[in-house]
Amino acid sequence: MTGVADVLSAVCLITGALLSLIAAIGLVRFPDVLSRMHAATKPQVLGLLLILAGIGFRLRTGADITTLLLIAVFQLATAPVAAHMVGRAAYRSELVRRDLLLLDEAAEAADGGRDPAARLG
Amino acid sequence: MSSRAPWRGQLGAVVWLVLIWNLLFGEFTVGNVLGGLAVAALVLVVFPLPAVAFSGRLRPLPLLRFAARFVVDLVSASAQVAWSALRFGREPRSAVIAVPLRVPTDLNLTLTAEALSLVPGSLIVEVDREAGTLYVHVLDVRARADVERARAQVLALEARIVRATGSAEEVRLVQAASTDRGVAR
Amino acid sequence: MTVVVVTVAALLLAAALLTLVRIVRGPSLLDRVVATDVLLAVIVAALGAEAALNRHATTLPILVVLAILGFVGSVSVVRFAVRPPDGPDTDARGGRETVGERP
Repeated sequence: MTGVADVLSAVCLITGALLSLIAAIGLVRFPDVLSRMHAATKPQVLGLLLILAGIGFRLRTGADITTLLLIAVFQLATAPVAAHMVGRAAYRSELVRRDLLLLDEAAEAADGGRDPAARLG
Repeated sequence: MSSRAPWRGQLGAVVWLVLIWNLLFGEFTVGNVLGGLAVAALVLVVFPLPAVAFSGRLRPLPLLRFAARFVVDLVSASAQVAWSALRFGREPRSAVIAVPLRVPTDLNLTLTAEALSLVPGSLIVEVDREAGTLYVHVLDVRARADVERARAQVLALEARIVRATGSAEEVRLVQAASTDRGVAR
Repeated sequence: MTVVVVTVAALLLAAALLTLVRIVRGPSLLDRVVATDVLLAVIVAALGAEAALNRHATTLPILVVLAILGFVGSVSVVRFAVRPPDGPDTDARGGRETVGERP
C-alpha cells in the first residue's frame, strides 16, 4: 500500500515538474504575450494540482490534506483574475502580434462601432 | 441587496469564511470556530460586497459532471499546448473570437470566464458585461473550422455550468439552444 | 527515490533557467510579469516536491501564502505599472467593466 502511494506520488511529481519545463519552453518559444500566457497557465493549474497530489500521496494525514486543498482553492480562484488582467492589458496596449491572428472579432466588433477597445480598430 | 433573501448570501459567506479559517489552522476546534466567526463578521462589515443575484440552485449530479469534464479538458488542453510548444517549425496562429453567452447573468459570466481561463489554450481578453459576451483568445487555430469548434466548446462549457447552477428557466434556454446548434450564433 | 529526486530537480532547474531567459529578454513588462508568474509556479513546485520527498509539512504554510501572493503581485503590477494607451473613451464606454476596472 505504502509502496503504491509512493509510486503514485513520484509519478505526480515528475509529471508536474515536466509540465513546468514544457511551459518554460513555451514561454521562450511562443511569439507574443498572449500565446506565452497560454503556456504559463499549465504549471499554475495542472502542474500545481499534480504536485499537490504528489504531496498528498506522501504525507497522507488529514490536516495536511486540508491545507493542500486550501492551496488548490486559492490558486484556482485567483489565477484567472491575474490572467485576465494581464491578458486585457496586453490586448489593449498593442502588444499583440496581429499578423498572427487568424481573425479578431473583438476588433471587428469595434469596427462595427459597437464596442471594445475602439481605438485598436 | 436583493429583497427576497438578504441574509442568505451573507450566511453563506460567513460559513465559507469560517471553513477557510479552520482549514488554515488545519483542525476544527471550538476556539477556531469562534475565532473564525469573529474574523468573518469583521471582514463582512469592513469589506461589504455587492449581493450576487443567484436565482438557480446547485444540482449535485450536473456539478459532478462539470467537474469531471473540467479535469478531462484540463489534461487534454495542457497536452495540446505542450505539443504546440515543443513542435518545431511554424509559429502557432491564434484568434480572438467573440462568444455571446446564452445566459448573460453576472454569475454565469464570471463562472464561465473562470473555468475558461483555468484551461490552457483559452484566455479571456475582453468581457462585454452588458451584452454578456466573452472575447476569447484561442491558441493554435489553422482554419475557420477550428474557430467554430472553439466557439462550440465555450458554449458547451457554459451549458454544463448552467445545468449545474442555473434556474430551471435558464437550463431550458441552454437546452433549447443546444438542440439547434449551428444556428446558435 | 534518488532517481525521482534527481529527475524532478533537473526538470525544475531547467524550467527556472528558461523562465529567467524570458524575464531577461522581455521585451515588454507584461512578458516579464507572465514569466515571473511561471517562475513562482516553479518555486512552488520545488518547495512542494521537497516537502513530499522528505515527507514533512513544514513548508506547506509557505505554499498557502505563495498561492495568494503571486496573484496579488501580478495584479498590482499590471494595474499600476502598465499604462495602456488609454484615451478618454475609457469612461465613455461606461458599462463595460471587468474585474478590477479602473476607478
